[in-house]
Amino acid sequence: MNTEFLNFTPLAVLIPFFGAGFAFAFYRNKSAQRAITIGALVLTVILEVTMLSHVWNGGAHAIHLAGWPAPFGIVMVIDRFAALMLVVSSIITLCVLLYAVGQGAAEEKDDSGPVSIFYPTYLILVAGVSNAFLAGDLFNLYVGFEIFLTASYVLLTLGGGESRIRAGVTYVVVSIVSSMLFLITIGMIYAATGTVNLADLALRLADLDPSTQLTLHVMLLVAFGIKAAVFPLAFWLPDSYPTAPAPVTAVFAGLLTKVGIYAMIRTETLLFPGERINTALMIVAALTMIVGILGALAQADIKRMLSFTLISHIGYLVFGLALSSIIGMAATIYYVAHHITIQTTLFLVTGLIERRSGTSNVLRLGGLAKISPVLGLLFFIPAMNLAGIPPFSGFVGKLGMMQGGIAENTWITWTLVIASVVTSLLTLMAVARIWTRGFWRKPEDADETPERQLMSKTLAHSRAANKRYLPMSMVAPTAALVAMSLAFSVFAGPLMDFSRAAAQDMYERTPYLEAVFGPDRTEGVRDELEEFAATFLIDYELDDGGAAEHAPVETSLQPDDEAADVVPEITDGDDQ
Amino acid sequence: MTVNLTLLVLMGALFAIGIYLLLERSLTRVLLGIILISNGVNLLLLHTAGRAGLAPIYDPDISAEEYLDPLPQALLLTAIVIAFALVSFMLALIYRSWVLARQDELADDEEDRRIASYANVHDTEEDAELATETTEFADDTDSSGRQLLNPRRGVDEVAGTDAADEAPASGAMHADQLDVTIGAGRADGPPRQVPADPDVEPTAEPDTDPAEDPDPTEGGQR
Repeated sequence: MNTEFLNFTPLAVLIPFFGAGFAFAFYRNKSAQRAITIGALVLTVILEVTMLSHVWNGGAHAIHLAGWPAPFGIVMVIDRFAALMLVVSSIITLCVLLYAVGQGAAEEKDDSGPVSIFYPTYLILVAGVSNAFLAGDLFNLYVGFEIFLTASYVLLTLGGGESRIRAGVTYVVVSIVSSMLFLITIGMIYAATGTVNLADLALRLADLDPSTQLTLHVMLLVAFGIKAAVFPLAFWLPDSYPTAPAPVTAVFAGLLTKVGIYAMIRTETLLFPGERINTALMIVAALTMIVGILGALAQADIKRMLSFTLISHIGYLVFGLALSSIIGMAATIYYVAHHITIQTTLFLVTGLIERRSGTSNVLRLGGLAKISPVLGLLFFIPAMNLAGIPPFSGFVGKLGMMQGGIAENTWITWTLVIASVVTSLLTLMAVARIWTRGFWRKPEDADETPERQLMSKTLAHSRAANKRYLPMSMVAPTAALVAMSLAFSVFAGPLMDFSRAAAQDMYERTPYLEAVFGPDRTEGVRDELEEFAATFLIDYELDDGGAAEHAPVETSLQPDDEAADVVPEITDGDDQ
Repeated sequence: MTVNLTLLVLMGALFAIGIYLLLERSLTRVLLGIILISNGVNLLLLHTAGRAGLAPIYDPDISAEEYLDPLPQALLLTAIVIAFALVSFMLALIYRSWVLARQDELADDEEDRRIASYANVHDTEEDAELATETTEFADDTDSSGRQLLNPRRGVDEVAGTDAADEAPASGAMHADQLDVTIGAGRADGPPRQVPADPDVEPTAEPDTDPAEDPDPTEGGQR
């Protein structure tokens, strides 16, 4: 495999940074700023897609910055999972940027002040996210988090209106506290092991006293849990996200929590593999799902409702992570990519709804499907996708997790499977509510006084107004994202294979270690690691052309071969 | 690993006071709490290097154990810089909040309250009108006793101390809490004058304090 190209990986962080610098320099010239920002992101997308194609068929690659060898220098590691996250995140950010440009052009009057800040800050956010995805050591991960969090503070309080300041304060304080916790954990991990390099930690943490390991593990999970908005730690999210401008909320909702999840997955597979706290994680996952979606049902504002569904669907990701099986992890990886896209799309569409009708409060909406069928379509597809209706990618991801849960076959995984079905149905109910209220009923039937923008004299009048309210420059990026989410279902087969391979790599850990340390040091532990990874293989026979793998209908009926060997403790009786 | 006991105690104290301050409603105190905690974390990172040693400049005659581990200091330095940036951003936010709303404390989320009102949930503890203690940076009256631009604090204190009479619905526990809140505020602040005549206040209130009458439907949208 030609890995020469992968040496350019740090450019994924550097291009946005340099773009941000130039964009700041041209703060007087708005069109130059815009061109630089879009150009930088397009370059990043091209670079990352090429990187993904290079790691598609093989393992991990590490870049030792400035040539310092692994445990001492800073390492950037790109493997399948990181590459997939990079590509999805940069495509998302590009689409959201185009949407924001469209919105800026549509609202030319009042974009004098804060917009000159918007573009460079946005690029810094992208750089921080890329840095977190590529980080090969804990401290670099922390720095990546801080970069994009600081950028997000600025974006969230853009314009400095009163409600944004209020929301911003909560967000900033909570984020700072979680970062402090992360930093404390890094300090303790360094004190215990003498390294912050992830690959080095993977080898050294296992030698620690189990109780010390558990302490470090839980602290790390709490720190990431706040950032990822896992249930008891998610209270800050619905308060702070909805106040920001639509594109900002979209990119926050899509990306930022997922970076937390990414960090959880990375540390969970690399540093603390094993099943010690899986039951706890699963309980947390179930609560996140259920509490999140119940919160969503209580909301009248679409943005807030979507923020709650965001929390609820983080629960799915934690569930897949807690399964500790390759099939569960594969589904999780697929689901992360799907969910980033879908959540961003829904927030962008909500921005369009808000523009068209003047409000995002469903009580005052009505008749949108008639006024703008395009808007209806753009909302309907991702909404059904979020709820996990069969042809869409949400269904594929959820199905994979449930397969994992059923294959593991303990009381807790069955509980989780039931909880995820219930959550899925409740999500459907929540989005169907928006649909029937906002799109299907007549504006006159709205619970509260409908917005005047919805009450045109004739249909022709309101269709004519569509052009003004819904400019092509905003609709097109949204449509592109909807198309991307559809592509996730069309190419579900290859993508699932890819995420399976990624999951296998992550549990085996040898590709990662070999990339960082070179073959010599890895060779000594290879057998041990592979043996360890084999315990995660709750899997299906692969010699039937993939039929069992993609449609393992018999798993719930025959759990007693491989699955029973791995999880012998408590088996649920009702599936025999 | 050897740890310096004095630094350890100091770190503990910083964390304790920092967390206490973080739980306050006043933004300035929250900021102070963040500063203290971040310094505590910095000390923790410093600890991880172990006992003090020689500067890590390579000399073939010195054995490896004699040197000080330099990595924690590199981490520390980065952490200090990041904390500095965050603290200055927080300060800017607090200043902005002060300019806009003339208040130095965390406001409630209107949308949350609205949703709660849907369900007819009234939690005496959570939903009670809190005695808003705005700030310690402005007096109510100037030296000659005239009202200043920001009479809010005076209003609230009157409302707070009289709450037991005015709000029978929220019960006795409510009133107790209010007294405690105000008492705590007074204990460490400079003594303030409570305007004697509450009738004067309502006229001054609406135009000087925009935070006081938010549109409930606007809260979650912008």
